[in-house]
Amino acid sequence: MNAAATASMTSTGEAVQFWILAVVATGGALGTVLMRKAVHSALSLAGTMIVLAVFYLANGAYFLGVVQIIVYTGAIMMLFLFVVMLVGVTAADSLKETIRGQRWLAALCALGFGVLLFAGIANASLRSFDGLGQANSGGNVQGIAALLFTKYVFAFEITGALLITAAVGAMVLTHRERTERAPTQRELSVARVRRGKQVPPLPAPGVYARHNAVDVPGLLPDGTPSELTVNATLRARGQIRDVSAEALGELAALEQRSSEWQGQKQGEGRKGAAQ
Amino acid sequence: MNPVNYLYLAALLFTVGAAGVLIRRNAIVLFMCIELMLNACNLAFVTFSRMHGNLDGQVIAFFTMVVAAAEVVIGLAIIVTIFRSRHSASVDDSGLLKL
Amino acid sequence: MENLIGLLVLAPLLGAAVLLCGGRRLDRAGHWVGTLLAAVSFVIGVVLFAYLLGRSGDDRELGVTVFSWVPVGGFRADVGFQLDQLSMTFVLLITGVGSLIHLYSVGYMAHDERRRRFFGYLNLFLAAMLLLVLADNYLLLYVGWEGVGLASFLLIGFWQHKPSAATAAKKAFLVNRVGDMGLSIAIMLMFTTFGTFAFGPVLGGADGAGEGRLTAIGLMLLLAACGKSAQVPLQSWLGDAMEGPTPVSALIHAATMVTAGVYLIVRSGAIFEGAPDAQTAVVTVGAVTLLFGAIVGCAKDDIKKALAGSTMSQIGYMILAAGLGPVGYVFAIMHLVTHGFFKAGLFLGAGSVMHAMDDEVDMRHYGGLRTYMPITFVTFGLGYLAIIGFPGLSGFFSKDKIIEAAFAKGGTEGWILGGAALLGAAITAYYMTRVMLMTFFGEKRWQPAPSPAEPGAEPAAAHGAGELPHPHEAPRTMTVPMIVLAVGSVFAGGLFTVNNAFVKWLEPVTGHEEGHSPVSALTVTAATMAVLVVGVALAWAQYGRRPVPVTAPRGSLLTRAARRDLLQDDFNHVVLVRGGEHLTRSLVYVDHTVVDGVVNGTAASVGGLSGRMRKLQNGYARSYAVSMFGGAAVLIAATLLMRAV
Repeated sequence: MNAAATASMTSTGEAVQFWILAVVATGGALGTVLMRKAVHSALSLAGTMIVLAVFYLANGAYFLGVVQIIVYTGAIMMLFLFVVMLVGVTAADSLKETIRGQRWLAALCALGFGVLLFAGIANASLRSFDGLGQANSGGNVQGIAALLFTKYVFAFEITGALLITAAVGAMVLTHRERTERAPTQRELSVARVRRGKQVPPLPAPGVYARHNAVDVPGLLPDGTPSELTVNATLRARGQIRDVSAEALGELAALEQRSSEWQGQKQGEGRKGAAQ
Repeated sequence: MNPVNYLYLAALLFTVGAAGVLIRRNAIVLFMCIELMLNACNLAFVTFSRMHGNLDGQVIAFFTMVVAAAEVVIGLAIIVTIFRSRHSASVDDSGLLKL
Repeated sequence: MENLIGLLVLAPLLGAAVLLCGGRRLDRAGHWVGTLLAAVSFVIGVVLFAYLLGRSGDDRELGVTVFSWVPVGGFRADVGFQLDQLSMTFVLLITGVGSLIHLYSVGYMAHDERRRRFFGYLNLFLAAMLLLVLADNYLLLYVGWEGVGLASFLLIGFWQHKPSAATAAKKAFLVNRVGDMGLSIAIMLMFTTFGTFAFGPVLGGADGAGEGRLTAIGLMLLLAACGKSAQVPLQSWLGDAMEGPTPVSALIHAATMVTAGVYLIVRSGAIFEGAPDAQTAVVTVGAVTLLFGAIVGCAKDDIKKALAGSTMSQIGYMILAAGLGPVGYVFAIMHLVTHGFFKAGLFLGAGSVMHAMDDEVDMRHYGGLRTYMPITFVTFGLGYLAIIGFPGLSGFFSKDKIIEAAFAKGGTEGWILGGAALLGAAITAYYMTRVMLMTFFGEKRWQPAPSPAEPGAEPAAAHGAGELPHPHEAPRTMTVPMIVLAVGSVFAGGLFTVNNAFVKWLEPVTGHEEGHSPVSALTVTAATMAVLVVGVALAWAQYGRRPVPVTAPRGSLLTRAARRDLLQDDFNHVVLVRGGEHLTRSLVYVDHTVVDGVVNGTAASVGGLSGRMRKLQNGYARSYAVSMFGGAAVLIAATLLMRAV
């Protein structure tokens, strides 16, 4: 094998790694698109990104591989997850399409685009791979640094300005200016009395029942469960455990058993009387 | 194996990401799909860097990451703001200019 | 002296302005103001006439430029007046007859509550007519020409509450528009040919212009003259114009305005002399109209319409004479003046008769009036003798000369024209005798007044409807003008002919040459006398010896056609109105289907397309993303294709 051929072919190890990880990356990408829950999408995406980091390393981009893990997977994806937690109260997206024909058009476009892109790559007169041995001879990080601070220094500085602008923009966008004085506790209590609704503190969950977990509603004196005792967030999520039904079910079972037992006794007595 | 396969993978990931942009309505997922497309591009850049034997492609990929980070920060801030006022993260609901 | 010329026009113009703007305050004295200013104009005219007489024959042209009207670059149109013998003749006729008719109207319109306005219009007419004959260029002449058209319109429709009068006014205006268009085209042609409108350069340079150009100008001028002077084919308005008050018919539609066409042709003589074809057209129009009008005049039972036919016919004589060139110009103007006298007198007489008969106009309901209205009878009779050309009276001299000149044309043409003129004379004698006999002789055929007629104009309408009229002589304000005009009818012709005075007077302006008739003057006179006698005898046999039926008999085909103005209106209706309607309808159809179709179709297709395109703009960001993505795919495809090629 000559040098060019060596450069244009990868080692067997890399090939095995590629074929395995490519499947993982594609699976992650599909998962990102197809998962109903945003959290799952984010996790799938994180997986794809880690695979990509490995590919970067395999391609000789050591610095980028590390940055990919730290910045993308570590920072950006966490930011995503953070926002999902902040926003995604709705547990899962409806996957039902609302725009007529959108899905068909999207599939058609994606298919056409993909086919054309593949055709383009296959058709391109790609030169043989030179490999990065020479470029990375002084160290990958040093090489990138040399480029960044010489050839691309201007773009680099502008990127810095962009990042600062983005940070300031994010703060401006998410900051909420208080336009009025916050009500004092006294005012809040007065307002509550005036509304005439639940003046005393809300009842604690599970107090009169056999459970004291926060997702179990307390029972009212007549035995019916009161949803008011459960945290509003849990109520919104529908995560209320209906212990009363369990308890009543158990009670019924108990009575059943005792009545069976008593019936047995009565039957025996009846038998005895008949005799 | 020919390293061109990296390019095919990049094209595949890009296409999947684009399809996701078109299909998903949740703005956050939509953003994730955009990140996926950007990452696919980065992979292509890195592969090109290897192909040409110089580091320029990696530098470009580095810049892409920076820009993507800035974009995500601003984009997510916008999503949060919109969610606060409209209680929805669906892009279809942001249609005040719609007829 | 020159400044008096401006005053001549200014006096009646001032009268019109004062009377029309003055409002009701002038209601009581307005008619006298109007009459006074007309008389002032006449006095100025007489003074100027005396001044002109005091100068030598070739030095009788006065000119004054009042102000420069349209000074544009090298082009100038001035408001300037030119007073020569031709204008002077007209000025005297217009102001003289005009003043008399103003005076007559004082009595005739005495009971009309809009009398002030009537006198305002009359003064406006005088001013416009004077402007017409005094202008020293064609553009200013055109102003006067339109001015008299306006005054004519206003006065024909003066009793605008009568639909017939309103329609007649509109008809006169519309028909006159056709002629006016001819005049405006003629003026434009003059400007392109000579670069100016002034009489001097235009008429002086006529020899240098091409004959085709001159023929075109001449024909357009003839069209203008036909419109204004009610000549075939634009004569249809004159009969209806009799709906106006009788003084208006006398002044405008007999004596002055309708002769403006003759003035135009005589004034533009130099142009016609350079265009023999146009001259032929002029004499043809004249000959046809003089027979046409005469035939119509024979059949009409309405006294004013009979006289209107006569007017048409007499103006036909004038146009004929004017078309003959220098041989006829003088006689055309002479006949114009004498006609002005006797026809105005006849109309005033007719007005007097109508006045006495409760505005009855049908001659079949007259009869035997000579004893009741002696003054009217005598003045009307003198006018009658004058118009038929009774020897010694004015019509005799002027008409005889025209017939002579027609024969002098020479060749077949001369015989045809002369024969037509002679025949016209015979018919004139016939229909005028008919009018005379039906009105003043025979037994009474009076009918009860049908209903209250023309408002105001009727002092004798004191008695109610259903009674027989009580004919009576008119008040003095009416009889005096009639007497003056009758005197004029009797003596004007002789006065003009003695010592060839009129020819000498006009010759410096119009030029004159003696005709060389193939028949001697004496023969022509004898022939005229003969046809005169025949015409009178025929009328006597038909209307004098036998009683006149009260309702018109059905009559021959010709009579019935003549009663309908020889089907002129029917012809106009079928050819012009129907044709116009069809043209309009087809144009409207084309407009609705083709033009609107294109416009609306474009709008509809754009609208429909937009409606469909709009659906693409559904406001969903994801739809737009699909478009972008599809576009990207297309771009890649294009790139690949380009590389493949």
